[in-house]
Amino acid sequence: MLTYLLAFILFAVGLYSVINKRNLIKIIMGIIIMEHAVNAFLILIGYRISGKAPILEKGTSVTEFVNSAMDPLPQALVITSIVISLGVVALMVALAVRLYQHYGTFDITEIRKLRG
Amino acid sequence: MVLIQIFLVFTIIAALIAVEAPSALSSIISLGAVGFGLSIAFLWLGAPDIAITQVVVEILTLVILIRATIGKGVTEIRGNESKTLLIGSLILFGLGSAFFANYLSAFPEFGKSAIDVFSETPSQFYLKFGLEKAGGANVVNDILLDFRAYDTLGEATVLFTAILGAITLLNKDVFFGEGGEK
Repeated sequence: MLTYLLAFILFAVGLYSVINKRNLIKIIMGIIIMEHAVNAFLILIGYRISGKAPILEKGTSVTEFVNSAMDPLPQALVITSIVISLGVVALMVALAVRLYQHYGTFDITEIRKLRG
Repeated sequence: MVLIQIFLVFTIIAALIAVEAPSALSSIISLGAVGFGLSIAFLWLGAPDIAITQVVVEILTLVILIRATIGKGVTEIRGNESKTLLIGSLILFGLGSAFFANYLSAFPEFGKSAIDVFSETPSQFYLKFGLEKAGGANVVNDILLDFRAYDTLGEATVLFTAILGAITLLNKDVFFGEGGEK
């Protein structure tokens, strides 16, 4: 339970950064931290004590493998999530760079003032 | 198990430094510490594929972020942060903690996955028939490329669309003609 709680604290740090910071780059970094936290939480759910990586070795029987391997389904889904997060970060940074070219600052309160 | 907790605490400290550091470069490097620390934790959690992917993606993210912020004078934007936002974030944090504490008991305790608790799960099917039906010893790769290959196709589509949007945003000539917008 403590380990789940640590992943939750990591998520809270990212949430704090998204809500309280005025710098666009800090907000993007908060979103990245939240993505990391969710990925870590999903992997923690699939963890089994004294389990092995879900790779079938020569000489181990299938029933033994089912009883000793980690849960492979969260791992497959988290790989997809990690790669998609890279595309999302690239899109967010491109938007931030365009805003900087237009307004000359990363400060979101300044950007809000200059609307129109 | 203690080792995993130590690595998670390390990532939390690195995330705090990344959020609070005054200079842009040092906070981006601290963000890299979060990702690489998590990648080592994934190795201990028995997920080598994810550790490798995490390292590659983390390096690319750092390169993108440093390229975006370098030379822009993004040192510190400080000043009066608004009180309402702080109170709102505290309320949000309290609500999130309450939900988390409420549903924490529904999870199997740490160290037991769904395979141990339920008798018939998709994971058990994949582990049993991965080698036989998909022909690969690595079950994660079997799921990605055989059992759930349409997921991977959708992932490639999403990635392509996001990168296309980023290129369109960054290339001024596409929207604003010759010379770009001032």
